[in-house]
Amino acid sequence: MSTAPARVKTLKIDDRDVSGREEETILDVARQNRINIPTLCHVPGLSPVGSCRLCLVEIKGSPKLFPACVTLVREGMEVVTKSERLASYRKMILELLFSDGNHICAVCVSNGNCELQSLAQNLGIDSIRFPYRFPKLTVDASHQRFVVDHNRCILCARCVRVCGEVEGAHTWDLMGRGTSMRIISDMNEAWGDSETCTSCGKCVQLCPTGALVEKGKSVAEMSKKKGFLPYIVSMREGRR
Amino acid sequence: MSKVRLATVWLDGCSGCHMSLLDMDERLVEIADKVEIVYSPLVDNKEFPQEVDITLVEGAIGNVEDEEKIKMIRQRTKTLVSLGDCAVTGNVPSMRNTCGAKAVLERVYLENVTLQPQIPSESVPALRSRVCPVREVVKVDVFVPGCPPSADTIHALLVGLLSGSVPDISLLSRFGA
Amino acid sequence: MTPEELTNTITTERETQEKFKHHVCVCVAAGCLSSQSDKVKAALEDEIKRQGREHECQIKGVGCMGLCAAGPLVSVEETGTLYQEVKPEDAAEVVASLEGQPVARIKGPSEAPFFTRQVKIVLENCGKIDPNRIEDYLLSGGYQSLTKVLTEMTPAQIIEEVYKSGLRGRGGAGYPTGLKWSTVAKAPGSPKYVICNADEGDPGAFMDRSVLESDPHRVLEGMAIAAYAVGASQGYVYVRAEYPLAIERLQNAIKQARRLRFLGIDICGTTFNFNIDVRLGAGAFVCGEETALIASVEGRRGNPKPRPPYPAEAGLWGCPTLINNVETFANIAPIAGRGGNWYASIGTEKSKGTKVFALAGRVANTDLIEVPMGMTLREIVFDIGGGIPDGKRLKAVQTGGPSGGCIPEQFLDMPVDYESLNKLGSIMGSGGMIVMDETSCMVDVAKYFMEFCMSESCGKCVPCRVGTAQMYDLLHKITEGKAGLEDLEMLEDLCDLVRNTSLCGLGQSAPNPVLSTLRYFRDEYMEHIVNKTCPAGICKIKVPTEVTA
Repeated sequence: MSTAPARVKTLKIDDRDVSGREEETILDVARQNRINIPTLCHVPGLSPVGSCRLCLVEIKGSPKLFPACVTLVREGMEVVTKSERLASYRKMILELLFSDGNHICAVCVSNGNCELQSLAQNLGIDSIRFPYRFPKLTVDASHQRFVVDHNRCILCARCVRVCGEVEGAHTWDLMGRGTSMRIISDMNEAWGDSETCTSCGKCVQLCPTGALVEKGKSVAEMSKKKGFLPYIVSMREGRR
Repeated sequence: MSKVRLATVWLDGCSGCHMSLLDMDERLVEIADKVEIVYSPLVDNKEFPQEVDITLVEGAIGNVEDEEKIKMIRQRTKTLVSLGDCAVTGNVPSMRNTCGAKAVLERVYLENVTLQPQIPSESVPALRSRVCPVREVVKVDVFVPGCPPSADTIHALLVGLLSGSVPDISLLSRFGA
Repeated sequence: MTPEELTNTITTERETQEKFKHHVCVCVAAGCLSSQSDKVKAALEDEIKRQGREHECQIKGVGCMGLCAAGPLVSVEETGTLYQEVKPEDAAEVVASLEGQPVARIKGPSEAPFFTRQVKIVLENCGKIDPNRIEDYLLSGGYQSLTKVLTEMTPAQIIEEVYKSGLRGRGGAGYPTGLKWSTVAKAPGSPKYVICNADEGDPGAFMDRSVLESDPHRVLEGMAIAAYAVGASQGYVYVRAEYPLAIERLQNAIKQARRLRFLGIDICGTTFNFNIDVRLGAGAFVCGEETALIASVEGRRGNPKPRPPYPAEAGLWGCPTLINNVETFANIAPIAGRGGNWYASIGTEKSKGTKVFALAGRVANTDLIEVPMGMTLREIVFDIGGGIPDGKRLKAVQTGGPSGGCIPEQFLDMPVDYESLNKLGSIMGSGGMIVMDETSCMVDVAKYFMEFCMSESCGKCVPCRVGTAQMYDLLHKITEGKAGLEDLEMLEDLCDLVRNTSLCGLGQSAPNPVLSTLRYFRDEYMEHIVNKTCPAGICKIKVPTEVTA
């Protein structure tokens, strides 16, 4: 049995002629062509969830917006990744994220190495227009090597996905609804008591903010190493 | 040409932003040629004057005095600048918001004091229940994030404002920088 | 059951029922049960035994008769007499009066416009048949459409009939049902699934619950026809666990239908196989969203996911899946029986058939009603609903629940159909209809629905999770008289953001109650913001000691 050859589509992204295989997303093709679309929940190698809504793009002919991370390319599609409307929405979404947690960059171990912080800078956010909600959140330092600080969690669920899909441990999951949603380890137990956690640290390395960090780091000392993921994913695909 | 009337104020913050301002070093001289500092913790004036062109605000709004002050300052200022993370986001002072003012006062003046523990009631302004950034109380014209914003950032800001435009300092500073 | 066996069963049942001279029906749906209609039923049963008339009088538990606020309801089949607010003590009088004049003291308005203006298709059997007995359903023509479809029609033909009927999804969005069916039928892949969405969650809406409690077989029959049409052999009914009575009757109905081979293998003597299982929701409103519902049926957290792929192509366990709601399925058997053209002759040009509404709020009759599409809101509220009590003036009608909007008085003569409601900034929704009079504060109404959306947001996407919370805070600030005009601007910006960037329908429609009240009642917002007063006197605004910026 031979697999059918993938069909190649040609399309326009920001008025540039580009091409992509039919199973590729707008985000894949944009990145191949060095067209920057901001993302927070997306990590190549993990299943896309389309939850941060930062990668929304316009497609000519439709009034709707489309998440680039899950929208497949189509022949003749004309994608707009930068517009006043998109810029304003992206800013507001990031501002909402800042307003919903307790993100005090000045005292954060990830200061200077945080995706939320650098995105805010890149998108030109110099202040948050929405009132801060100051939720009462906890810090769990029960794990021998790592800490989870819920004040800094943006609920992108990267940790949940990498733990379930790559490490296969499924220690992390989500609990609760709306603004009460939290990441939990096992059945909402202390991380240090987890019997499923292998202490591999993949969740920590993929966490975009200072929510999951290594112990013993002080302000601005925590930088993450994300290089392992493409390596693992490509080795697995090669073996398949 | 008359000099630009500049004020700086220090609300709920650590004075780091003012230190950073002083870190402009010799560039202070260049700025000083163009401005008259009409009010600042660094100078002697006791009263915030009328008709100020630019006010740099360091610090969040943490107590009732801050709140009254900033409302008055807003009325007397043309361009109000939130300088640094405390003024822009609430920053470290706002970290008490999740546990409340009472808990903070008890920790500081009762639990950690061995000699005559008591919560001060006179000559100290009452804490607000919620520390907030300046923009939640009055309209702010320019935001300069950073903890503190670097001397270069403040210099770029002042040079821009003195030439009559709001400079883009997004490449120079960010939250926590 | 083969067509011949079906005829025999119906004949036997008819003979059994005709032995009784009188049939007294007592509503045993949740509404009347909550006012203890079960005790009324027991009292009536005791009474006929006491009078020695158990061979000529049948006391029958039936489903919802519609006038829920006036329960417990009892009706006498032969004379059409309706009794309301019946107490167990009334049993003797009711039984004694079966031959003579009805008991005037508790007689209900059986000839009122409430009954005469309604057109019952979905609710046709509700309040007439015993929901616990499949035989009663068979006697009223039940499972004949299924038998006809399986023995006389091809899947393509039944899809064609549904297509012709113009039936649109009754869950809220109004997607053409025939189109959905043909998409699933054509989608490559197997197995295929049929899911009935009974996760009714809009505040004040109880259409689906009533149908399941009153006529569960109707839904099963619709699902079986759908399964035949799209080529599925397994179906699920996803019911919220808060409907224990509906679940019990549904499970009982499934058992009965299996016994008589209307479900299971070799249905109606053909080679068609189809099974239905019940899956219970765990209290999340968002699980009414189809992708979240599918996740929940699969046993995972009920979070929505981006579409496409649509469930029609990749739904339950990645297989093509047809999802319709209870009311949609309840329309199928009549359409299959009487033909698509018959159904299409009811309603308006683009909205065919009837719609069930749960009428609630400041209206004389708070009830369950079924009206043809295109009836005006005025007819619904004033003719059927009996108008506004206490001489108050109608202010607005809220349709579509937390995803809908408020329609002000000046549009009362607009016909109720999908297009007209959309034009007015509301939606048809699943059928909740809340009437508000001058004592309602529209900002407070918007706040109520926003609080609902905020707490029911699954939390997955940022605009819905945080945006609804920020909007709620702003609305709260307005109702406290602490908001300024810049807060109103922020609220409108958030409405725009949340509507256009949220992942699923819950977030995309969450701003609707705010947007529609802003559209028609902006002056009320301004009263709160500028003059710090609530015109309806609902919001407790403290006189501010100082003006906040």
